[in-house]
Amino acid sequence: MTNPMPQIELPERLARGRPPLRLDPSVLMVLVGCVVLVAGGAVIYPAFLGPAYLLQQLQIAAFLGIIATGAMLVILLGEIDLSIPLTITGTAIVTTQFAGASHAAVAALAIPIGLAAGALIGFVNGIGVAVFRIPGMVWTLATNAMLLGATVFYTGGFKPQGVVPVLASQAALGRTFGVPNAFLVWLAVAAATIWALNRTVYGVYLYAMGNSQRALFLSGARVRRVTVATFMLAGLLSSLGSLLLTGYANQAYQGMGDGYLLPVIAAVVIGGTSILGGSGSYLGTFAGAIFITLLSSILSVLQMPAAARQIVFGGIILSMLLAHRFRTRG
Amino acid sequence: MKAWLRLRLRLLAAIAALVVLFVAYVSIHPRGASTYVLTIWANQGTLLGFAAIAQFFAVLVRGVDLSVGSMIALTNVAASFLLVGAPVAIAAGVVAVLLLGLCCGLINGLFIVYGRIQPIIVTLATGSVYAGLALLLRPTPGGAINESLSDALTYDISGTPTSILLLAGALLLVAIPLRRTPLGLGMYAIGSAEASAYMTGVRVNAIKLTAYATGGVFAALAGLYVSMVTLTGDAGVGPAYTLNSIAAVVLGGVSLNGGVGSPLGAAVGALILKTISSLMFFSGAPPLAQPFFEGLILAIAIGLGSLGVFRVRNKLDLFNR
Repeated sequence: MTNPMPQIELPERLARGRPPLRLDPSVLMVLVGCVVLVAGGAVIYPAFLGPAYLLQQLQIAAFLGIIATGAMLVILLGEIDLSIPLTITGTAIVTTQFAGASHAAVAALAIPIGLAAGALIGFVNGIGVAVFRIPGMVWTLATNAMLLGATVFYTGGFKPQGVVPVLASQAALGRTFGVPNAFLVWLAVAAATIWALNRTVYGVYLYAMGNSQRALFLSGARVRRVTVATFMLAGLLSSLGSLLLTGYANQAYQGMGDGYLLPVIAAVVIGGTSILGGSGSYLGTFAGAIFITLLSSILSVLQMPAAARQIVFGGIILSMLLAHRFRTRG
Repeated sequence: MKAWLRLRLRLLAAIAALVVLFVAYVSIHPRGASTYVLTIWANQGTLLGFAAIAQFFAVLVRGVDLSVGSMIALTNVAASFLLVGAPVAIAAGVVAVLLLGLCCGLINGLFIVYGRIQPIIVTLATGSVYAGLALLLRPTPGGAINESLSDALTYDISGTPTSILLLAGALLLVAIPLRRTPLGLGMYAIGSAEASAYMTGVRVNAIKLTAYATGGVFAALAGLYVSMVTLTGDAGVGPAYTLNSIAAVVLGGVSLNGGVGSPLGAAVGALILKTISSLMFFSGAPPLAQPFFEGLILAIAIGLGSLGVFRVRNKLDLFNR
């Protein structure tokens, strides 16, 4: 019996029913990097191999990882979100302010309101990029500047007063059967993201858009909606990360998101996601976030001054990227 | 004539906006259009102007340079060590600082051209390295700058601020090679269509390297001028310049997709940004609300610049890839 249907070559991702189980070499490289870091750290400081230290690292990596998830979605789209720092700070301030409200019903809504604030910021970002066609790099820079102005105006330059919601503290600091809750939240986010990227139309659109917006538009997809939805998801995830950070630091403060932009983008790109969009796996971002967290932890355990840490940080990112390059080329 | 105007519409609009803002500024300022007011304004604008030209060269070849601020910080710190002593020593110091900028830009270029890594990521990482070096050299702001040199460069020459003359001189120096030599035209060609430029025999790699290196030199000029204005070396001056330099080139009509724009546009964009923030300062708005309005005006200006999308007839033209 011959098959009456003509054989069409589908791209590998779509041809298979299941997401590929084989490990992407770039993900493998980052995982090896993580092992090297832990092993190297253990030589200097044996407690590195203990479960207490490793679990604590996973807890801290969760904050970075959740925020990096949103950044990865935007990067897959072929854009970039530079408003991450002030989305973090803004959400933290909004949430703690509402949680400190005297009316109990308002206080109970603090976390949903914080998440909504992140989605709203993402909506503004998405409209600028999708409707006005402003490059994401410039538009998110402008929204970041506006948010900075808004937080400075609101707090009056003082440390914002407020209450950290109990749920945020529990999620950030608590443990379930010894596993940090923050890491469990990250695992949930990761599972949802892997499902969305590999099993839904949205995921197909996202990768397609990173490759060719024109082609996707011509095939009838609602390109603008995909863009706006992606930026909103990114804002939402940055806010979720911010809520955990607020719980972890037990406060909201001006500038709490400032140090996150470089590590977040670094986590995404060393995990093998192309900065031009259209290719990358979530596992890479997951490993990337853990790698960056381990790296900064080890550099601070070595009591290296902040300046030297910055240099090593930049150097390692560059060499990881070069390694990616020469592996894919050869 | 009409075609000439249309080609320069963005630049002319930016210049018109600058004139309007500037007139508003001098009329609102309590001391009016005096040399003092002009000099302060010009010094601030020139700083950002050099940073914007540094950014322009990266953007021209369809890249972006997120290390502009860090290069400014590093060269500023280097200047605070080198610009002391006898005139000959100072002259050597200036050359050394410019060479340092050249090297930083060249390193960016080497990673981008031969490492084939995206400019945004390379400069994010090298920026981290340069800022770290600056911080290692000067953990706290300090050092000394030769004051007579600073006085000579930050005051005025018979009523005209020296800084504006410096900026104009630098613009003249790059404007003609950009439009009249194979090197400059090559940069525009690479920014417009890199593959086509390569096919026509443009030496893509060498020209890209030159563009990033030139950007480094302009960042060093900005770093030197920061030292002239502040008289110290401060490793923390960077971040604001990176973001503002990108905003400045966009306001000045330089396309982030490469190949469109001029260094004059970048400088005009920088002056617009500076005028807006000076205007804010004297506008009577509460000081704490100023950053918000600055951000809002920046967003509106960028939004206005992109209104052309609503005139597009073929929807397919909206997508650039």
